[in-house]
Amino acid sequence: MKPSDPSITWLEEKPLGLAERLYLPLFVSGLTTTARHLVSPKVTVSYPDQRPKVGNPLIYRGVHRLNRDQEGRVKCVACFLCATACPAHCIDIVAAESPWPDREKYPESFHIDELRCIFCGMCEEACPVDAIELTSLLDLTGKSREEMIFDKEKLLSVYDMTKDAEPMKSTTMGCTP
Amino acid sequence: MMSLLPSLPTIVALVKIGLLVGGLMTAAAYLVLVERWMAAWVQDRKGPNRVGIPLTKIRLFGLGQPLADGLKIILKEDFTPKHVDKVLYVAAPLVLLAASLAIFAAIPFGSSLPPIPALGLTGEEPLLVAPGLDVGVLWVFALSSIAVYGVLLGGWASNNKYGFLGGLRSSAQLVAYEIPLGLGLLGVVLAAGSLKLDAIMNAQASSGVWYAFAQPLGFIVFLIASFAEAARLPFDLPEAEQELVGGYHTEYSGIKLLLFLVSEFLHMVTAAFLIVIMFLGGWHLWGLTGSGPVETWMVALIRFAVLSAKIFGVILFFMLVRWSWPRFRFDQLMNLAWKVMLPLGLANLVTVAAVEEFRPQLVTALGEGGAKAAAIAVPWAVFFLGWIAAGLLTPSGTDNTPIRTPGPLDAEHVLGSRPHDLLEA
Repeated sequence: MKPSDPSITWLEEKPLGLAERLYLPLFVSGLTTTARHLVSPKVTVSYPDQRPKVGNPLIYRGVHRLNRDQEGRVKCVACFLCATACPAHCIDIVAAESPWPDREKYPESFHIDELRCIFCGMCEEACPVDAIELTSLLDLTGKSREEMIFDKEKLLSVYDMTKDAEPMKSTTMGCTP
Repeated sequence: MMSLLPSLPTIVALVKIGLLVGGLMTAAAYLVLVERWMAAWVQDRKGPNRVGIPLTKIRLFGLGQPLADGLKIILKEDFTPKHVDKVLYVAAPLVLLAASLAIFAAIPFGSSLPPIPALGLTGEEPLLVAPGLDVGVLWVFALSSIAVYGVLLGGWASNNKYGFLGGLRSSAQLVAYEIPLGLGLLGVVLAAGSLKLDAIMNAQASSGVWYAFAQPLGFIVFLIASFAEAARLPFDLPEAEQELVGGYHTEYSGIKLLLFLVSEFLHMVTAAFLIVIMFLGGWHLWGLTGSGPVETWMVALIRFAVLSAKIFGVILFFMLVRWSWPRFRFDQLMNLAWKVMLPLGLANLVTVAAVEEFRPQLVTALGEGGAKAAAIAVPWAVFFLGWIAAGLLTPSGTDNTPIRTPGPLDAEHVLGSRPHDLLEA
């Protein structure tokens, strides 16, 4: 855009008044601002002593869990939709014939590589039976790469650990009370 | 055997030097912590509060932080780049630190101690390393100019354009601001009639009028100039991290960088000492410290505490100012020094000289109390007039807007330079 373009509206800087030229009001306002912040409440969260507050656990994308149904069985039906949706290819499912009459398949093994996962939540979106969900656990650490590949038991144990604090997100499709 | 032992004055001087250097180094380390706290609090954070006693879980509000910071920077690799001037590169931080520490030989760090007959000290013992020095103020200013050499040498020896620019800026800035600093100081020296800093404090204590009240213009000029001398924000152009990557100490690391940073804090401490001693009454506080000679340890301790508290207050003000205003542009810096501070400093000097010259006539005309009031009222009138004049006369800003009406040689007036001109033709 040229400086002479008629669509530009040129704003003139306001000429300084006497008070501004004396600098004193600016001096005082600068100092009062910093002095006010000096004593104002602090926003820092002292992390290990104090847990950060998760705004809305329903939309927070933390560590995964595999939900159980009312009978305590894994809800997953091994349909592979989550593994297909996953952009990071971190979900690995081995399906087997279901021992239960109400479904055809169930996951014989279910692995999520938490180090590859980008926590986008696409698996949760894709799941037709609301079996996989992201919790609001935010500090996921481990001492080895192997430890960070979560298997089915570990994902189910995350559910057992968090089900009281965070009930299943969907209220339909047989949620646990 | 006895003759091999140092004499009593030597021992006393050595003890004072030990106390002063130890105290200053500890103070510099803890001021880093205070600076970090202030920075954090102003930004609504909590600041360092974890490090306490090593190897325990005791946190002590982070008071162990200076130890950790110091150990970290000392244990870092002391890297010397290939392209530097080796001798000057090593000399620069040493010159700077030596000069910043030697300044304190002439600066009193308290009033004085009462006589201690058990140790053979029969007279009052001034809390000053070199009590006999009659040119105290000159010594302070001479050495703070030598400290500039450290900065310049560092910038030059680094053989790096950021370092060099930092050194150049620093020399221009310090030369410019030594003048208002000196003018602010001259007023005090004129009023006190002495170049000794302890005599200047005694003069304020005995009259009960601090020079900040008697010479407001000199106080403001000196305060602003000492911010510039200490290269603190808003005058930290020599090291402007965002523009110069640290300025003169860009190429320094490890313990040499530590020396630079410690000297910077010592500059601030020196500036705080000078402001308090010359303008804020030193150890004097009405109704608490008295103004006569020191007879008991209680008085000595109270005076020491008052002086320390004032200095700490000024240092806190330095730190608060750091987060209150943005850095000046270089032309603004120079404008302020030469077009505002220099005339104001001169006005202060002339006022003080006139008041001191005509004080006997004032006393005969108005009486003792009236003369005292007039000697305060006149400088305040000059202060307000000078401030308003400076505000009205200085240029209010610089026009940085781009050219809006293109001249005949600008691109769009040259025939056929625009694509649709070519199409129309």
